[in-house]
Amino acid sequence: MERKHFVNSFFWFILGGSTLIVVSFLGIILWDIFSKGFSSLSWAFISSFPRDGMTQGGILPAIIGTVLLTLITTLFSVPFGVACAIYLNEYAKPTLLTNIIRASIRNLAGVPSIIYGLFGLALFVQALDFGTSVLSAGLTLGLLSLPYIITTTEEALKRIPNSLREAALALGVTQFETIKDVVLPKALPGILTGVILTLSRAAGETAPILFTGVAFFINGISASPYQEFMALPYHLYMLSTQHNEIEQVRPLAYGTATVLILVVFSLNSMAFYLRFKNRTQD
Amino acid sequence: MEEIKLRAENLNLYFGKKQILKNVSIAFPKNQVTALIGPSGCGKSTLLRSFNRMHDLSPDAKIEGKLFLENLDLYDKKNSVTDIRKRIGMVFQKPNPLPKSIFENLSYALNIHNYPKHSIPNLIEAALKESFLWDEVKDELKKPAVKLSGGQQQRLCIARTVVLRPEVILMDEPCSALDPLSTKKIEELIEKLKENFTIVIVTHNMQQAQRISNKVAFMYLGEIIEFDTCDTIFKNPKNELTQRYIGGHFG
Repeated sequence: MERKHFVNSFFWFILGGSTLIVVSFLGIILWDIFSKGFSSLSWAFISSFPRDGMTQGGILPAIIGTVLLTLITTLFSVPFGVACAIYLNEYAKPTLLTNIIRASIRNLAGVPSIIYGLFGLALFVQALDFGTSVLSAGLTLGLLSLPYIITTTEEALKRIPNSLREAALALGVTQFETIKDVVLPKALPGILTGVILTLSRAAGETAPILFTGVAFFINGISASPYQEFMALPYHLYMLSTQHNEIEQVRPLAYGTATVLILVVFSLNSMAFYLRFKNRTQD
Repeated sequence: MEEIKLRAENLNLYFGKKQILKNVSIAFPKNQVTALIGPSGCGKSTLLRSFNRMHDLSPDAKIEGKLFLENLDLYDKKNSVTDIRKRIGMVFQKPNPLPKSIFENLSYALNIHNYPKHSIPNLIEAALKESFLWDEVKDELKKPAVKLSGGQQQRLCIARTVVLRPEVILMDEPCSALDPLSTKKIEELIEKLKENFTIVIVTHNMQQAQRISNKVAFMYLGEIIEFDTCDTIFKNPKNELTQRYIGGHFG
């Protein structure tokens, strides 16, 4: 009895301790960034261009760049990813080929993001001649996001019980109408959750945009998809390690990190809200 | 001589290599209730689902033989599967309302099949009355259908089938997920529906088969063992297997 009691407390201690360590790391990181970054946050910081060799001013072009980039990523990866998932889950017969395709997609999700960067450089920048541009970078991030979107959408579709599909089919509704009117509306919160989490991850990526279009500094923004752009994660990298006056720009770097984290957090909380709402509905 | 509505001729059905139905030939009379009984796994549901072609979506299902709705060959490539399913409706074991409102559960298929817009509310009211559900839901047609009780949901699923005026209604153990009171309501409903529809019902409940059916088919291991009037099957079965099954000796 004594021994059992000891083992029980011991494991409680180990498991609880591990959780505590992980959570405290997260807390320390957030505290560090927010405490040093909040002082730089102001309306001017997010609404003006960098000035004086980037030692002054704000991060407006990086914010716009990240938004544009994510927009292109979304436009490319969401329609293709969702369509591919619908095909795999609703139409494809469970043959060896389908399973190979599915396994390949899962494996693509594990490819390091720098490889996507190099691939994007070869395909979009050079072969398709889009140049180093927000378009090339957006498409590259789109490729990176596709496997996640396909996988999460397929999972969302799998959770829709077959009895619901049969209900519609038995009324003489075609398979396409069943998917469009019954399956997709029901799976939408799950699909959106996956899409948002994927995009928030893509928005924070640096390696894939490194070769495909991100710039140190631009002094004007146009609506062209062929322009180079600034992005929050790269701006942060540059301010932290590549700038001549690292000490002087440190507050700007912390400010940028704070904005980036806030963007990603708000996207993620949207996803959690959707998931929560979906769960309470059932 | 009774008029035949639905029939199968020498039907063999395989899932992969496994044969589920073995040379099944059966004819269901018009405007009567025919019950399919037999132990679990005997192929009752599989037989039922082959009439409205629900096996089309299982890639490993293989069907040989002929199935007819009157003179319409159900598996002839020329005939549209959606038309067939409109003429042969189905009610499932677990109530499966669409994730829409009560009204939309009925209007959805009417819209899909291009019924004129102005006729839809009347058709829906008639179908809900026919399914003994109107009085319970008439004031809350916009409510999500999943908020109804299990028994109400199943009557809604019947109404959803009835509103399309099919000729045949297939029912796959429609009461197995319901409480006794809801079961009683559905049985009364079936009694009423057979005036206008041909009904084929799979059931595990011997008393239920006895209460509602005109004819009964006993199936065992994918074959029709005995098919006769309800009275004969329950009071004077010819086959020894049937005798033992209805006597509760296996199942």
